[in-house]
Amino acid sequence: MGTAFTIQRSTRTSRVTAIVALLLVAVLFAAPWWAGRANVRLLGEILSFVALASLWNLLAGYAGLASVGQQAYVGFGGYALFALAMFLGVHPLVAIAAAGLVGALVAIPIAPLLFRLQGAYFAIGTWVLAEVFRLSFAQVAALGGGSGTSLPVGIVAGIAADRALREMLLYWSALAIAVAAVAFVVLLLRSRAGLALTAIRDSEIASESLGIDIWRTKLLVYVSVAGLTSMTGAFIFLQKLRISPDAAFSVNDWTAYVIFIAVIGGIGTIEGPVVGTILFFLLRETLADLGTTYLILLGAVAIFVMLRAPKGLWGLVVQHTGITLVPVRRRVVFPKNS
Amino acid sequence: MTLILAAEDLSKRYGAQQVTDRVSLTLDRGEALGIIGPNGAGKTTLFNLIAGTAWADAGRIVFDGIDVTGLPARRRCHLGIARSFQIPHPFVGMTTYENVLVGATFGRGASERDSEERAVEVLDLTGLKRKANTLARDLTLLERKRLELARALASGPSLLLLDEIAGGLTEPECVELIAAIGEVRRAGVSIIWIEHVVHALLAVVDRIAVIDFGRKIAEGEPRAVMGSPQVAEVYMGIDGEAAHG
Repeated sequence: MGTAFTIQRSTRTSRVTAIVALLLVAVLFAAPWWAGRANVRLLGEILSFVALASLWNLLAGYAGLASVGQQAYVGFGGYALFALAMFLGVHPLVAIAAAGLVGALVAIPIAPLLFRLQGAYFAIGTWVLAEVFRLSFAQVAALGGGSGTSLPVGIVAGIAADRALREMLLYWSALAIAVAAVAFVVLLLRSRAGLALTAIRDSEIASESLGIDIWRTKLLVYVSVAGLTSMTGAFIFLQKLRISPDAAFSVNDWTAYVIFIAVIGGIGTIEGPVVGTILFFLLRETLADLGTTYLILLGAVAIFVMLRAPKGLWGLVVQHTGITLVPVRRRVVFPKNS
Repeated sequence: MTLILAAEDLSKRYGAQQVTDRVSLTLDRGEALGIIGPNGAGKTTLFNLIAGTAWADAGRIVFDGIDVTGLPARRRCHLGIARSFQIPHPFVGMTTYENVLVGATFGRGASERDSEERAVEVLDLTGLKRKANTLARDLTLLERKRLELARALASGPSLLLLDEIAGGLTEPECVELIAAIGEVRRAGVSIIWIEHVVHALLAVVDRIAVIDFGRKIAEGEPRAVMGSPQVAEVYMGIDGEAAHG
């Protein structure tokens, strides 16, 4: 009919970003050759937080599911990896992926329960869920009960013969998880489901009236985020080689820091969690020696950013420059003469 | 089967207030019905019941031969009921085009290219083409009202519920809107239109119903209804008998 048009989904900035991102991944891939052992390990940790923050941001910033209980899946993934490796003899690297799958499966029956709760009640519900997980895993004697367990040496040695190669493999899995998590968020938001999700974020009642299945869209996000979070958790505890209920289901480590990252970076943007993670680790690496003062400073930074830049640092950049690095927009272009 | 909508004895109560009181409505395929009534009379609630954003306490809604009383709003949308909101609910973080694309994509569940074409077509019809790439949060109130209409149309409805879409428009804008709605009608879409701007209604509708205190108090040919004692009483506070006596 009538009007000629094309839909543009990328901009020059976004094409440059794609190239820069690829280069960055290549540089990160080569990290074992240019960074020291301790730094590679740190990079692995940073990458795992990029994944956790991007996933939490998708959940809370886009789907409106403000969970404070994602440690449930971090811990579950960790325990799943230990169980799969120790009892079923699954290769630990394979177990990372398998833990993700199991985490997603577990989330399917949990989601309908949590979705009955709205707003603050939902948040509390997720936290309660994480506590239930923590208490349950503390009962499993085969996994060390309340005091936890270490991954047997034989299994660790089974990852790769020498330590250097083992650490490289571990680091690359972290890189793969971070890339997968960010790519998943970008691809989801660009898809039909992403269109629905953004609409739901802006108005649930209008979305419902325009034929969007809100419940199913949120389920899709909750379950896939649970799976990827479990994978990240599996990696985290494979790197630590030791797991205990308190460490695995720590609300501080896996949710408070992650929310801090997403908030200072910019909730509801793809770039925000990445920016936030970098800032968080800069703060941590320079201030961590200060002990308690470090946490107070962290809190002060969070409050300052929330007051002065409620959309986070990346939100500030967008507001002043209009730049978006990752194209989720659809631009209609009409020919000049129409 | 010429009826597109048959609502029977719809009732809805919020707390102590009976907002909809045994209202029955029918609409023929291709017909346009206007609804008038004072503020707070329960007109929007009636739309909520028909569109499925609120559940009726009692009564039955048959749309296109299907009993939709128990269906959620999104299923009714898939079947062909679309509505605009009195207070616009734009997706503020999306562009105008993307807003309309949501309707085209999820309402009819068409292929991607079909949805895109439908969205652009609707932007053209509603005069929003120039604003296609503008974020909805940057639209004026009038543009937001147009966007309400555009989004609803994009979902490919056979019944369109318009809730005070002409309110706040200038005269030339109103003329444009009437033309656009006229075009929608000619495409075979049935319309129920709640409106205070009566002359806009009269230019489009075949029939008018009057709602007051949740009840339908009059219905019929527009001029006859507008001249009836009931309308005089509701709008002017004049006793019907006295006005005609």
